[in-house]
Amino acid sequence: MRLTYPTSIKIVRVPCTGKVDIIHMLRAFEKGADGVCVIGCMEGDCHFKSGNFRARKRVEQVQKILTTVGIGGDRVKMYNLSSGEGPTFARYANEIHEIIMELGPNPIKLKKKQAA
Amino acid sequence: MIVADKKPVEEIIEYVQGCKKILVLGCNECVTVCEAGGKKEVGVLASALRMYFLNQGEDVKIDEVTLERQCDHEYLEEIRDVADEYDAIVSLACGVGVQFMAEKYHSVPIYPGVNTCFLGATEQRGLWTERCQACGNCMLAITGGICPVSRCAKRILNGPCGGSSNGKCEIDSNLDCAWQLIIDRLKALGRLEDYEKICSIKDWSTDRAGGPRKVVREDVQI
Amino acid sequence: MSVKTPSKLEKILSEGHLAVTSEVGPPRGSDPEEVIEKANLIKDHVDVINVTDNQTSVTRMSSLAACIHIKQMGLEPMLQMVTRDKNRIALQSDILGAASFDIFNLLCLSGDHQSFGDNPKGQNVHDLDSMQLVQTVRMMRDEGKFLGGADIKRPPKLFVGAAANPFADPFEIRVPRLAKKIACGAEYIQTQCIYNLDKFEEWMKLACDRGLHEQTYILAGVTPLKSAGMAKFMKNRVPGMDVPDDVIKRMADTPKEKQAEEGINICIETIERLKSVEGVKGFHIMAIEWEEKVPGIVERAGLYPRPEID
Repeated sequence: MRLTYPTSIKIVRVPCTGKVDIIHMLRAFEKGADGVCVIGCMEGDCHFKSGNFRARKRVEQVQKILTTVGIGGDRVKMYNLSSGEGPTFARYANEIHEIIMELGPNPIKLKKKQAA
Repeated sequence: MIVADKKPVEEIIEYVQGCKKILVLGCNECVTVCEAGGKKEVGVLASALRMYFLNQGEDVKIDEVTLERQCDHEYLEEIRDVADEYDAIVSLACGVGVQFMAEKYHSVPIYPGVNTCFLGATEQRGLWTERCQACGNCMLAITGGICPVSRCAKRILNGPCGGSSNGKCEIDSNLDCAWQLIIDRLKALGRLEDYEKICSIKDWSTDRAGGPRKVVREDVQI
Repeated sequence: MSVKTPSKLEKILSEGHLAVTSEVGPPRGSDPEEVIEKANLIKDHVDVINVTDNQTSVTRMSSLAACIHIKQMGLEPMLQMVTRDKNRIALQSDILGAASFDIFNLLCLSGDHQSFGDNPKGQNVHDLDSMQLVQTVRMMRDEGKFLGGADIKRPPKLFVGAAANPFADPFEIRVPRLAKKIACGAEYIQTQCIYNLDKFEEWMKLACDRGLHEQTYILAGVTPLKSAGMAKFMKNRVPGMDVPDDVIKRMADTPKEKQAEEGINICIETIERLKSVEGVKGFHIMAIEWEEKVPGIVERAGLYPRPEID
């Protein structure tokens, strides 16, 4: 199964989405990422019981902060899938890619360039 | 511990408008435990502020420091050499830390980054509840170890009031009635007859009513 | 019990009559006519008129001012005082103010929490609780002293009472709590509205077993229901209120236009049954914004005419 997904996406592997903290997502945006997509296991199937639920709540926090600072909360999104679902992964990857393409680049990346 | 909660980022943005150099200052004690003002929260707030100003096209430098405590001279002295370089310091310590900082550093405005809420316990991760109002005259010995001053909505010393219903308080059906807890506890201790002792009028002069308080301990003074 | 104050209520109770009290809620404005009108509706059918103190934490004309209007009509008011809004200075001061107008009855309450009212963002005081307020009044009256220890010139002569709610939880301490209020000096008790008569009688029996009915006068509280909706609201929304399902069913089964009449029937039946309960020394009829119905209830319950007291 050779599935393709957009090359714009850089994968950061974590042991569990429960490991993903608010600051990790914020830093990505600070460094110029246009979007962040957190992909966790199916709800109820977390090896650490509630890691993916925590991740979802943190994603919601980040959405709030990004809206407040003017970057836009829509740039961060959480998905759930199981490790065997390659095609679904590719579909989600395409979906977030589409969303971000529509939103355009992270505004602070542009501002940084202007300043430089 | 002193329990605090994060202030909305928009409120903090309001405070620091126009500043060019800002220090976000955390505290390693209570506010770290209640996840409102420790190193981690300093990082999040600083990151949010950086993005906000960048997006506004403003060149603002935001530094992050977390002190061991903000309620002791020694630790506050650690930023003595750098404090004056900032246009604003946002302290994520409790109200004590913010004020102690302001007393020490006169030329920099110090803004609070958290709302200081109460003296409480971590009931579970992410849930902190009040246990003490620091009335300065502890009466837990006669109330079975449960405090009516902090846990009864009317701080009734001879309770419960007529609004106690199914063990819950009249103001919120999710809130335990402190007097129900006291009675249950007295019963468990085989001391229910103590319930009929009348609690006399309380001396509130040791509470905030008596004005700003101090504890002087000559035996430990240097 | 020998008479200690000029209170008409105390005289009536001490002579063994069933007392009847009712209440007037002060207006949300400064027009004294509203107080006077309400008082006029009930004056011939009750012995004493309770004046509520910012009930349900909604700001109203002060209870003391409304009491003075009623006193000036030649009637007997009862000042209700909650500990929510005043500290011990203000409470003692209002007690003296009331006494200066020869108001002779005082009911000590803690008051509903301010979150129910029109100022949920306000502070509450609760410097004293209701029992401690009873103690305070008794000290001022019997010892002629302020809480601070100084002597009072012309101490207040107030007949002092408290409220009891037999229906709040936990039930096991409801009678011990009554005993505490009596130990603090409560000379009479007005109860929460009674709809669950079985539970009330159980409470009353436990109180009598301890002899509490001989140490205080217990006035049973009743409130006529206006509608099935009100019955449901009282059951579900008013803290510490016990409206049994059969009462709700009886109201709900009555056609809408007859529900008010049925509510009054229930109220009168309640009074009739409670008259024979040992320890019940009178009735407190709380007809909420329905004062005009009080005379009819008093007459039909066989409590009219009221005894003449010199």
